[in-house]
Amino acid sequence: MTADESTFSSVGLEITVTRWASFKDRVGRSWYRFRRNPISLAGGSMVLLVILLAILAPYVTPYPKHAGVFTDFSSAFQPPSQTHWFGTDEVGRDVFTRVIFGYRVSLMMAAVVLGLSVPFGIFLGLVAGYFGGWIETIIMRVTDIFLALPPLVMALAICSAFTPTIEKAMLAVAAIWWTWHCRLINSITRSIKTEEFVQASQVIGSSHLRILFKDILPNCASAIMVKITLDAGFVILVGAGLSFLGLGVQPPKPGLGTMISYGSQHLPIKWWLTVFPSFAIFFLILGFNLLGDGLRDMLDVEAEGM
Amino acid sequence: MKFIYFFIRRLLYSILVLVGLSVLIFIIARILPGDPARLALGPFASQEMVARLRHQMGMDQPLHLQYVAYVRGIFHGDLGLSFQTRRSVSLDIAHYLPATFELVLVAIIWVLIIGVPFGVLAGRYKDSWLDNISRVVAFVGVAVPPFVVGLIGQLIFSYGLGILPTTGRLSLLTPMPPARTGLLILDSLIAGNFSAFGDALIHILLPSLAIAMTGIGQITRLTRGSVSDVLGKDYIEAARAFGIPNRYVTFKYMLKPSFIPPLTILGLTFASELGNAFLVEQVFSWPGMAKYGIQAILRKDFNAIMGVILIIGLAFVAVNFIVDVLAGYVDPRIRIQEES
Repeated sequence: MTADESTFSSVGLEITVTRWASFKDRVGRSWYRFRRNPISLAGGSMVLLVILLAILAPYVTPYPKHAGVFTDFSSAFQPPSQTHWFGTDEVGRDVFTRVIFGYRVSLMMAAVVLGLSVPFGIFLGLVAGYFGGWIETIIMRVTDIFLALPPLVMALAICSAFTPTIEKAMLAVAAIWWTWHCRLINSITRSIKTEEFVQASQVIGSSHLRILFKDILPNCASAIMVKITLDAGFVILVGAGLSFLGLGVQPPKPGLGTMISYGSQHLPIKWWLTVFPSFAIFFLILGFNLLGDGLRDMLDVEAEGM
Repeated sequence: MKFIYFFIRRLLYSILVLVGLSVLIFIIARILPGDPARLALGPFASQEMVARLRHQMGMDQPLHLQYVAYVRGIFHGDLGLSFQTRRSVSLDIAHYLPATFELVLVAIIWVLIIGVPFGVLAGRYKDSWLDNISRVVAFVGVAVPPFVVGLIGQLIFSYGLGILPTTGRLSLLTPMPPARTGLLILDSLIAGNFSAFGDALIHILLPSLAIAMTGIGQITRLTRGSVSDVLGKDYIEAARAFGIPNRYVTFKYMLKPSFIPPLTILGLTFASELGNAFLVEQVFSWPGMAKYGIQAILRKDFNAIMGVILIIGLAFVAVNFIVDVLAGYVDPRIRIQEES
């Protein structure tokens, strides 16, 4: 090893070390800001609690068998008690158990919808914002057309073409959800692409793909993170709406919206069938919203289309 | 940009969105579901009957001709026949639309008279107890599904306290006022029938609030943010430094610019309220277009589905056009932005 090489490698090491330090510093500072904000901390804990409950559902629920087809008419319509915290439904299933399993379906819906639609929306938004011109015009006008209907109505329209199942509902919501991310990323890309580091990258001959994914995309990361967190709540809201209308989760599968829809037929006497699943949805969506709001403050995201 | 150019641009753009929307609806309804004729006639109809109905519906023609026929029908107010009610879809919609329109209109009024003043006060007195309440209202409003607001409202106010009716637009014993506008609140006023007016009001109270919750939350937050932004601007400080009275600063300099952001999302609020109507009308058995649309979806009545969706899209584009033009009229900066 010559002297030159060792200097180089030590410089390289130093750069890595300082990078690591600055990264640690940034994370530390963000975590500090996050921790200082009781609202986001509360939201984060709520979401974490629900996720843990949903993953461990078969172990933490008192009657895991009640999540599917199960009947015990002798204990139907029992009000909340020590043995059944949230009471029992029309065929004697434990409502608490079904609510926890219902969380599984809701979280799965959010994950699948966002997993399918977000990458697609980001890609279109990047391309539209970066290339501009007629490419942007076409992409953004199509986006506008999709945005001309409320998400629930659009999802209803697509659902109407199929026999209702939860998988179809997920696809229907995913088919419209990309538009929001496309819009957000488009507006960020437009403002970033004139920055000097992008011009520098162009000058040294980076390919379009490299500029899009290595230079511009990382700068959208915090906005995307905030948007996804807030969206998770909205997707769950729309999913619950579809289920409530009978176009989402089909019984005997436990869906929160479906449970509310069935429970509402027994109002006001069997109130627990409606009230507990309602509160469960509210708790999860509120958690995601609080967390998203906290993240937005923490990462200092200010973008059009949030 | 001169206002008139701005106006024309927005108009052309709205028409473009409408054309796109009609294509999209056409694609969803004609290509996705398979064979509407078979669906309409049921599984026991003969092949021959299905073929005849397909011919009657013009479905044996190439797709682009079908689209042209569909658009021509729209311009003649012809949206096809509903398999469900055996009536023309346009008649059905004309029959059910006013109830939904009334509901959404009252909901928008809630958003404006609760959300905007609340947001202004919260922004003006930042971090006060009022601001904290506005924060809670905003978070709760956005996180509770509208049908949950409706159901819990029914549970408390209708079943529990017994002060509000559970379902419908009017009590069974109240005679319908003669239809003028289709909006019961206005019709009963025109007829001078105050007991019907009161009855219509207490019936619409819960459903309209259930629809408005999300919007109230959003507009409160947005107005608050925009008021506190404007208050931090230099010209407000300058006005204060000149010794201009506080009240004057508030009304003359602060309010107008801070109303622009909430104004621009009012179109979106309207859209989300139309979406919420689909859930809330179901809860309150409100005899509106959204409930009709849900029935159509559950029974795969495609002409009715297309009609309802088209009307909602049309309403949304129209409202957004009005809102955009208003915002551009009030705020020249928006016109300049449009230019670039």
